[in-house]
Amino acid sequence: MPNKRRQFDYSLFFITFGLLAFGLMMIYSTSAYEAGREFDGDAAHYFKRQLLSTIIGLGAMWGVSYIPHKLYRAIPWWLPLAVGIGAMLMLLTPWAHTAKGATRWFYLFGSSALSIQPAEIVKMMIIIFSAKMVADYPKMMQTWRGFAWIVGPALLLGVIVRALSNNLSSALIVIGIGVVMIFIASPQYKKYVIAVVLAAIAVVFIVIYFSQPIDTSDMEFRGKRFVAWLHPEQYSDDTAYQTLQALYAIGSGGLTGKGIGESIQKMGFIPEAQNDMIFAIICEELGLVGAVLVIVLFAVLIHRLIHIAMRAKDLHGAMLVVGVMAHISIQVILNIAVVTNLIPNTGISLPFISYGGSAVIFTLIEFGVVQNVALDAKL
Amino acid sequence: MSKSEHNEKVFERVRIFHKKKLFVYWLFILCACITLTVRLGFLMIMAADDYGSRAIDVQERERDIKAARGRILDINGVVLADNTTVCTVSVIHSQIEDPEAVIAMLCRELSLSEEYVRGRVERYTSIERIRSNVDKETGDRIRSYGYAGVKVDEDYKRYYPYGELASKVLGFTGGDNQGIIGLEVMYEEYLSGTPGQILTVTDARGIEVPEEGERRREPIAGDDLVISIDANIQMYAQQLAEQAMVTKEAESVSIIVMRPNTGEILAMTNVPEFDLNHPFELNQTGRLLEISISDNEMTSEERQDALNRMWRNGCINDTYEPGSTFKIITAAAALEEGIVTLDEAFHCPGFIVVDDRRIRCHKVQGHGSETFLQGFMNSCNPVFVGVGLRLGVERYYDYFEQFGLLTKTGIDLPGEAATIMHKEENIGPVELATISFGQSFQITPIQLATTVSEIINGGTRVTPHFGVCTQDAQGNINHIFDYPVTENVVSSETSETMRYMLEQVVSNGGGRNGYVEGFLVGGKTATSQTLPRSNGVYIASFIGFAPADDPQVLAIAIINHPQGTYYGGQIAAPLVRQLFENILPYLEIEPYISEEQ
Repeated sequence: MPNKRRQFDYSLFFITFGLLAFGLMMIYSTSAYEAGREFDGDAAHYFKRQLLSTIIGLGAMWGVSYIPHKLYRAIPWWLPLAVGIGAMLMLLTPWAHTAKGATRWFYLFGSSALSIQPAEIVKMMIIIFSAKMVADYPKMMQTWRGFAWIVGPALLLGVIVRALSNNLSSALIVIGIGVVMIFIASPQYKKYVIAVVLAAIAVVFIVIYFSQPIDTSDMEFRGKRFVAWLHPEQYSDDTAYQTLQALYAIGSGGLTGKGIGESIQKMGFIPEAQNDMIFAIICEELGLVGAVLVIVLFAVLIHRLIHIAMRAKDLHGAMLVVGVMAHISIQVILNIAVVTNLIPNTGISLPFISYGGSAVIFTLIEFGVVQNVALDAKL
Repeated sequence: MSKSEHNEKVFERVRIFHKKKLFVYWLFILCACITLTVRLGFLMIMAADDYGSRAIDVQERERDIKAARGRILDINGVVLADNTTVCTVSVIHSQIEDPEAVIAMLCRELSLSEEYVRGRVERYTSIERIRSNVDKETGDRIRSYGYAGVKVDEDYKRYYPYGELASKVLGFTGGDNQGIIGLEVMYEEYLSGTPGQILTVTDARGIEVPEEGERRREPIAGDDLVISIDANIQMYAQQLAEQAMVTKEAESVSIIVMRPNTGEILAMTNVPEFDLNHPFELNQTGRLLEISISDNEMTSEERQDALNRMWRNGCINDTYEPGSTFKIITAAAALEEGIVTLDEAFHCPGFIVVDDRRIRCHKVQGHGSETFLQGFMNSCNPVFVGVGLRLGVERYYDYFEQFGLLTKTGIDLPGEAATIMHKEENIGPVELATISFGQSFQITPIQLATTVSEIINGGTRVTPHFGVCTQDAQGNINHIFDYPVTENVVSSETSETMRYMLEQVVSNGGGRNGYVEGFLVGGKTATSQTLPRSNGVYIASFIGFAPADDPQVLAIAIINHPQGTYYGGQIAAPLVRQLFENILPYLEIEPYISEEQ
C-alpha cells in the first residue's frame, strides 16, 4: 500500500454537496415568501441560517474525517449510550426549548442560533455503539443474545427519545438504525423475514380497522392522525390539513412543475413548508421530473454508502458506514412516503434538504466518519 | 495464528454474508424508491387534474361580476325596464393599510354610522361588502382616494324610465338584482343572465399574489324580454283609471285591455300604482294608511303589510263577485245547451221566488213581458234565475269546467288567485239562482276577461299573457313563448249569437254608455254589492269589445267602492268607451261603415 495519504471519497462528497446546494436553493425558494412576512422583509432568513449550519457541518465533516474511526471502538461500550441518554437529559434543564407542545431542542450558550436537537446525537450514538458491538463480538451476532445486545439499547434509547421529546419519528429512526445494523451483521434471514411478514399483516389489519367509519372525537392525537391518513378529505380542517395541502402541491406540479420559485402552496397553505414538507414544494415547482431526480440522487448516495461499506478495510468501519446508510435511507423513504400520504403523517425531515440546523450538522459529522472509513477502504 | 490474523479471517467470512445482506437491503431500498416513484407518478400525472384543480380552488378567491339584466321592452320596443350603472363598495380586510382613514372616509362618503363601518372593516373575512347600489359618482369619488383594501366594483341597478307605468305588472328587483314581484320574477331565468367572475390567486391568508395576475370570466348579459303591453295604451288606460279613481272617489280602479283572439294583454292597470324606482316607499294610499294607524310610526310588520297591499295586482291576485257580467256565461251555457232561444218569452214581475226565497230584480217594478234577448239587454235577474234553474246544477257545473272557469288562466304573472266557487254537491236551488246572475262566488278580473274572450272569439280558450319573446341586445330573437290554446270550448254558432246579443246590449240596452261612434261595440255592465250587502259598498264594472262582429280588442274596467253613482252602466262603461275611442284608431281597426253611408 502506498504510504501517501488517500484522498477523500469524492464521489460521495460531490453527491452530498449537490444535495446540500439543491437543498439550500429549495429552502430559499420555499421559505422566502413566508420569511419576508415574518421577519420584516428578510426573505433569506431561513436560507441564511441553514447556510451557516451547512458551513459549520462541512467544517465538522472535514475535521471528523481525520479522526481515525478506530477511536470509536476503543471507548467503553457504555459510553455512546451514556452520551445519548445524557444529551436527552439536557432537555430537562432550563436550556431546553419548547415549540408547539414538544421539547426537542436545547440552546447552546442560551442562544437560539445554536439550538441542538439531542435526538440527532442519539442517532449518531446508536451507530457508534452498534458498530463497536458488532466488531467486538462478530460471532455473537448470529444468536438471539447478539440480537438483544443491539436491538435492546436501540429500543431503550428510542423509548427515552419518545418520552423526553415526544418525538415518535426520531425514536422510530433510532430503533430502525439498530434493526438494520443487526440485520446486516447477522447471517440469518428467517427471523427478519418473519418479522417483516408479521409487521405487514399487522399493518393490513390496522388499515382495515381504521377504514371503517369511526368516531374520532375522543381519540388521542396519533390515533386521529392514523384515521386522517386513510381519509384525508374528511379531516381537511385539522389533522389532515397539512397532508392534503401537500397533495395539492404535488398534484399541481404535473410532469415538469411550475418552475423554481413559482409554488403557491408555499404561501402559507403548507405550514412551515421548508421543514418536513419541502419535498411537496419540490414536486410543485420542479414536477415529476425534478422529484424523481431527487429520489435518484438519494439512491445513488445510498448505493455509494453500500459500496464503501462493502469495501471497508475492517468490520467496524463497515458497520459504521452501514449505520449511516441506514439512517439516511430510512429518513429519505419515510419522508417521501409521508409527503405522498403513503404512510401516516409523522414529522420526519428529508436529509440535506429540509430546514434544520442540527440535522444537517450531525448528518455531515456522520459523513465525516464515513469519509474516514473510506480513506483506507479498498475502493 | 496471531489475534489480528484471526480477526482478519473472521472478517473475511463475515464480509461474504455482509455483501449478500447489503445487496438484499439495496434491493429493498430500490423497491421502496420504485414504489415512491410510482406513487408520485400517480399523484402528478393521473391525479394531477383533480389535485391541481382542488389546489386552485383553495388558492383562488373569486369575486362575482354581475351580468347586465335583460331589459323589458313593450311590443313596439319602448324600454320599460332598463339598467343604470351603480357601484358596490367592499373592503378586503387583509389589504387595508390605514383602517382609521378608511373608516372615516367610508362614513363620510356613504353617510353610514361609524359603528357599522368599523364592524365591517375590522371583521376578519376575505371580502366584506359595505354597501351596494352606490351611485356611480360616489363610487368614482371613493375610488379616487386610492386607499388600499377598498374595492369599488361597478354593477347594474334596475331603472324604470316610466316610474309608475304598469308597476304591478312589470314588478321590480331587489338588492342583488333578482326579481321580487311581477314579470321581473316570472322571467328571472331569461332576464338575469350569467354572472362572470374575477379570479385572483391569493396566499393562505387571502392576500393577493400580484405576480399571478387575475383571470376573468366575462358575464353573459340577460336577454331582453319583449312583452305584449303597448306603452301608449297602458299609459292611456292608467290615466283613465286614475281620473276615474279621483272623480268617483273610488278605492281602486282596474283596467285590462287584451286581444281576445290571442290572449295578448295590451294594458293592465290597477290604480293606485306605485313608483317602481322606489318600490319600498309607500304611495299615497299607503301613506294615508300610515297616518290612520296611529300617531306613532308603523311597526315593520304593518309596514310590510302595507307594502304588500300596495304591490298587489288586483286583476289577478284578488277575486270579486262579478255580478251581471257573469250573465254572459249563463247565457252562453244555456244557448250551447239549446234550452233557450233569443225570442223565447219571459215575464218579470220584479222578483222571482226560489224555494222560499224572494230574489229581487234591480228594477223593482219589474220588466214585465220580455224576450230572452231583451232580458239580457235589461240584465233582468228573474230571467237568468229561470234559465239557470232550467240548466240545473250538473249541466251548469259542466259548463264551468268546459269554459275553464274552475282552473286558473295560467297568466304569466305570479300569484294568480283561483276561482272561489261552491262545491257542486253544495249547490241548492238558491245558490244556483244567485250564481246565474253572478253572485255568491268570486273570480278574478283576468278570469272573467279570458272566459268572455273565448265566448266571443268563436270558442277558443286562450291563455292571457304578456311575454312574447326574448332577444339579445342586437335584437336577435332567442326564444318565442307560446301558450296553451283549447279550441271549441264554445260552438261558433253560440259565439256568434253572443256577439250579437252583447252588441245589442251596447246599441240598445243597458250598456249604451259603452257605445263608440263609428264602431260596433259589444259589452255588458255589472254592479255588484260587496259583502255584507247592508253597508252599501259597490263594485261597478263593464266588459266590452270591438268590433262586435270581429272582436280585435277586449277591455274590462272595474271601479271598486265608488262614492255617489255606482252603476256599472253609468260609470264603468264610459271608461271603456273613452278607451276605445282612442285605441281603436290607434290600433288601426277599421271603423264600421253604416249602411246609410
